[in-house]
Amino acid sequence: MPRTRSRASWGTAVADRYVLAVDQGTTSTRSLVFDRGGRMVAVRQREHRQHFPRPGWVEHDPMEIWANTQRTCAQVLADVSGRGDVVALGIANQRETTVVWERATGRPVTRALVWQDTRTDELVSELAARPDAGVVAERSGMAIAGYFAGPRLRWILDHVPRARQRAERGELLFGTMETWLIWNLTGGPDGGVHVTDVTNASRTLLMDVRTCCWDEGLLAFFGIPAAMLPEIRPSVGVLGVATALSPALPIAGALGDQQAALFGQACFAPGEAKCTYGTGSFLLQNTGTELVRTRSGSISTVAYQLAGEPVHYALEGSVAVAGALVQWLRDGLGLIGSAPEVETLARTVTDNGGCYVVPAFSGLLAPHWRGEARGLVAGLTSYVTKGHLARAVLEATGWQTRDVVQAMAADSGLSLPALRVDGGMTTNNLLMQFVADALDTPVVRPMVGETVSLGAAYAAGLAVGVWSDVEALRRNWHRAAQWSPSPARAEALTAEYPTWERAVQLSIAWGAP
Amino acid sequence: MSHSADTATNPSDGLASGAVPGSVQSIERAAAILQVVAGSGGTLGVTDISQAVGLAKTTTHSLLRTLLLVGFVEQDPATGRYALGAGLLRLGTHLDVNELRARASNWTDALAARSGHAVRLATLVGEEVVVVHHVFRPDDSVQVLEVGDVLPPTTALGKVLRAYSHPHTGHRPAAGAAVSAAELAEVRVRGWATEQGEYEAGLGGLAAPVRGAGGLVVAALGVSGPRSSLLDARGLPRSPLLAMVTDAAHAVSRELGHGGG
Repeated sequence: MPRTRSRASWGTAVADRYVLAVDQGTTSTRSLVFDRGGRMVAVRQREHRQHFPRPGWVEHDPMEIWANTQRTCAQVLADVSGRGDVVALGIANQRETTVVWERATGRPVTRALVWQDTRTDELVSELAARPDAGVVAERSGMAIAGYFAGPRLRWILDHVPRARQRAERGELLFGTMETWLIWNLTGGPDGGVHVTDVTNASRTLLMDVRTCCWDEGLLAFFGIPAAMLPEIRPSVGVLGVATALSPALPIAGALGDQQAALFGQACFAPGEAKCTYGTGSFLLQNTGTELVRTRSGSISTVAYQLAGEPVHYALEGSVAVAGALVQWLRDGLGLIGSAPEVETLARTVTDNGGCYVVPAFSGLLAPHWRGEARGLVAGLTSYVTKGHLARAVLEATGWQTRDVVQAMAADSGLSLPALRVDGGMTTNNLLMQFVADALDTPVVRPMVGETVSLGAAYAAGLAVGVWSDVEALRRNWHRAAQWSPSPARAEALTAEYPTWERAVQLSIAWGAP
Repeated sequence: MSHSADTATNPSDGLASGAVPGSVQSIERAAAILQVVAGSGGTLGVTDISQAVGLAKTTTHSLLRTLLLVGFVEQDPATGRYALGAGLLRLGTHLDVNELRARASNWTDALAARSGHAVRLATLVGEEVVVVHHVFRPDDSVQVLEVGDVLPPTTALGKVLRAYSHPHTGHRPAAGAAVSAAELAEVRVRGWATEQGEYEAGLGGLAAPVRGAGGLVVAALGVSGPRSSLLDARGLPRSPLLAMVTDAAHAVSRELGHGGG
């Protein structure tokens, strides 16, 4: 058994160039190093504390996240030292999470309001009822919802003492997580660069989605002082130099995490789409450089922008509950010991036995947008076993993917050549085959499952010339698995689909006051 | 029925040579002993146990020796007293194949990306070598997912599973005459197996064992591809590849809670 592993034994070129990526996520901060082949060579991770000060409130400590970023970056850079040159840093971040801090000290005025936080629901209802509320959807491309960052910023200005005055005087700065980290990495109070990337800016409701500039009308509508806003920059391009790292690296890419996954999955052509199956599921489809006006329940968002090039747009369909339903089967019902065992249980039967589960635990997001909906199990008879229930749980995620894909097809008119998938649930072969059959579309999994951090690395590496163009990135994408639809199953599921839609309507009716 | 005790005293000749397996009575007796040992909390020696179950001390001793061999009881070397063994606990913590795939997938993907070959993870289901996880060769050619397929025992994966399957507590893949006892012994000594076209002409394979928390081999992990790209002219694995496969198998073993390297 050879004990020494020389560099040559891994087939690595001597003068290899690496890219560092930071994936600042909801539960943890991860730093990863990728090689030119898009292969991960090192990873470090550190979780941060979730603060729940009141029901529906979710907060993170920005100082803790900054410390974790410094620490994991230093660790991972040490891991690869001597093996090659790390030449750039890219950042992907949890979207819509909102930080406000003091320009002079770098001290946050309050903990970050996390994207899952629902404290702005009332504020959002008031704002949406205003006669001039139409300006929001018209200019930002998205309807007013508590999901986005703008209302959270407004809440901080309304509730933190003297925040509005201080913001107007330019003493406070606003940012989503990438803005906070870039400002700190580039010097913080000593000359930190205050910038945001266009994908993150598009999630604030404050940006004109066509010009990609802060919109005066939207700032007035939400009551946000322009002085506290970061400069909007392309996702791919040098943003500043991370002097807080050793060696100092150019920060050359930043994207919201779902957009980063789209980039990491090399979805660069209109129609190409990816779905990340985690706690929820997030499907994004590239729609090219023309903005698609949505009517069917998907939302238009910025996909990415290369410096000096037009913005690329995407349609997005977010589903709140996917893997979370399997966790409920495990933790809430105790029917399985671990999440992967859901497949074992589901395979004890050959169909759902007439059973449907609609996991509207806290309403339904895309394409229904019905916050009042509540979950239900429909079609129970004494024939139904826990095996059928497990199958219905997996099918719910497949059906919800079909809901979203249908809405996007109606909005964009683009066909879906194949669905690229990532996330923990892609090891579930029963689910992936069901998705392929339900969509009548091949489902493909890439070799590198870390698509979020890979996308951030790609953005940064592209900006500094590690890769020549997006075609070089496309050549790095390799298929690790493919699930092809069975024509007979696809036909049967199309016939069954109205039954699922009926269950969804029941869940909406059940939650209605 | 006295034959049952003889079978128990010499188990290594028993199942392996195709002799009559233990009778129902010997199972009943072993079960009675396990119940007594479980109830005693590790305080009884062979004399106490033989009295408790009403058997001759020699018979009881023979049965205890077999239970010791398969790991169902343990004996305190200082006092000679018996307690329940770790092998019994492992019976209750069966490794789910879907769990195995989920835990292994990061390492199998990395192995395929680095080696440039297709990767398979296989385990024994009954007597069969079944593919649990399959990662395509990273060249984007047309390939079909083989999860659930049954492989012949002459594959590198089959040889690893056969070499390490326990003659008493584990299953064993259907005997393939093509795999000699000498080759299986060699696989156990060096910790990996090759396949040199036995399964399909021109196809080579290289596989290593994956161990579970208790140390038993629970799966085999390997690469397959053109024989010449995996193996040299003498049929030995090319060295970077061998390190990649054994490192990946060790990594999955650690992921499953196996302490050793």
